[in-house]
Amino acid sequence: MKNTNDIYFSKEHTWIRIENKTGTVGITTFAQSELGEIVYVDLPSVGDEFNQDEVFGSVEALKTVSDLFMPLTGEVTAINEDLLDSPTLVNEKPFVEGWMVKIEIKDLEELSNLLSEAEYQKKIEK
Amino acid sequence: MTKLTPLYDFHVNQGAKMTDFAGYMMPIQYSGIQEEHMAVRQKAGLFDVSHMGEFMVEGEDALAVLQKITTNNVKSLKIGQAQYTLMTNEEGGIIDDLIIYRLDEQKYLMVVNASNIKKDWDWLIENKTLNCRTENVSEQTGLIALQGPKAIQILKRLTDSDIESLEYYHCMMGQVAGASSVLISATGYTGSGGFELYINSDQLVSVWNDIWEIGQQEGLQLAGLGCRDTLRLEMGYCLYGNDIDETTSPLEAGLGWVTKLKKTDFIGQSALIKQKEKGVVRKLIGFKMDGKRVARSGYNILDGKGKVVGEVRSGTFSPCLQTPIGLGYIPKDYEINNKRITISNGRKNFDAEIVKTPFINVNEYGN
Repeated sequence: MKNTNDIYFSKEHTWIRIENKTGTVGITTFAQSELGEIVYVDLPSVGDEFNQDEVFGSVEALKTVSDLFMPLTGEVTAINEDLLDSPTLVNEKPFVEGWMVKIEIKDLEELSNLLSEAEYQKKIEK
Repeated sequence: MTKLTPLYDFHVNQGAKMTDFAGYMMPIQYSGIQEEHMAVRQKAGLFDVSHMGEFMVEGEDALAVLQKITTNNVKSLKIGQAQYTLMTNEEGGIIDDLIIYRLDEQKYLMVVNASNIKKDWDWLIENKTLNCRTENVSEQTGLIALQGPKAIQILKRLTDSDIESLEYYHCMMGQVAGASSVLISATGYTGSGGFELYINSDQLVSVWNDIWEIGQQEGLQLAGLGCRDTLRLEMGYCLYGNDIDETTSPLEAGLGWVTKLKKTDFIGQSALIKQKEKGVVRKLIGFKMDGKRVARSGYNILDGKGKVVGEVRSGTFSPCLQTPIGLGYIPKDYEINNKRITISNGRKNFDAEIVKTPFINVNEYGN
């Protein structure tokens, strides 16, 4: 997913791809690699609302568990049900089949708190 | 200063994910924990566990010293036999769990956890007598664990020693892949059978390379500490620092079978006899989660009314069962009357069932 202008990253290693007012959220390649094999993804329900940086779920990896942080304020409109049976999709294709939730974005102004891909890359290389 | 085993370059070249474990840079995983785990259960896995500590104990008083500092009956050990045992402090708390090999009439080898090498060595020195020579050979001893149902086929191709007649928890000196004086031991920490090979550090890499080359034809895979943990947990084996430590007693941890209260005096004996007479208050139990959430070390265990009654010490996702499993301490009385517990991560509660360990029957996975 390189060279996209519509994808943003949070400092908590989630990404959000924006199409109009809908955002698709997942975790980054770096995050899944740090976590190792994911065995379960705990996702919210459609209709749940979250603020920016709020915990919306968690991922269970073999060695550890990690919270998922919402990159932008919004209401969940869809969850990736494929992850219930195949959580390793998050490891294999974190930006494609491994997406986690779709949200209806409340406030695009919050984008200013997020990182571009280049900024995120810089952050994780530190 | 983080130490490296002689196989460090090999691990890095194979793309292993490395981590600092007890002061050593060790491979956590190569291809993936679950894949490596299943390879050990179904075929074979190759582990570098050279971080483990080894002490040589020799001389006229060697037996007496070991009898004094360990809970199992060393006197019953025959030459060429190994024994799982514990060291306990005066209060009966566990200093470490270890294996003792009897190599000769008056010659023993202690194998201890890497995280406890200094503590155990100090304890040994403090309690040894004049006619007992001790040497910490941890630095010059490499350890390879070749585990799984295919381990014997692989090792047979690299040694003339009669390993087929080697019974569980027995050992022999032999030549393996050109290296002389290898201690071949039918032991392991996986439950799937196989061998542990104690080798001089200088010869470790060449033996490893030969096993790796030959073994791949039998389905051998490289295996890291990640699957070592999931494998031992499926068997319900205790891990020092998690399930057992100086605040837990062998009787609480279900290790009464290696605690011979009737043998000659040992450190911790009177405290443990008292504990046995009074009955233990808590007990280490195994549990299976109802759902997919993994209970982690430190999570609270609650009773049916939501009251904290215990804590999780180990938890993982079982690759064989495809469900989360764990070990934790709960009051003995609770365990007698209940089969259900609730586990809390501080925010959410998850239900679990108390089950007997081992969690799996390894024969269902191997051949």
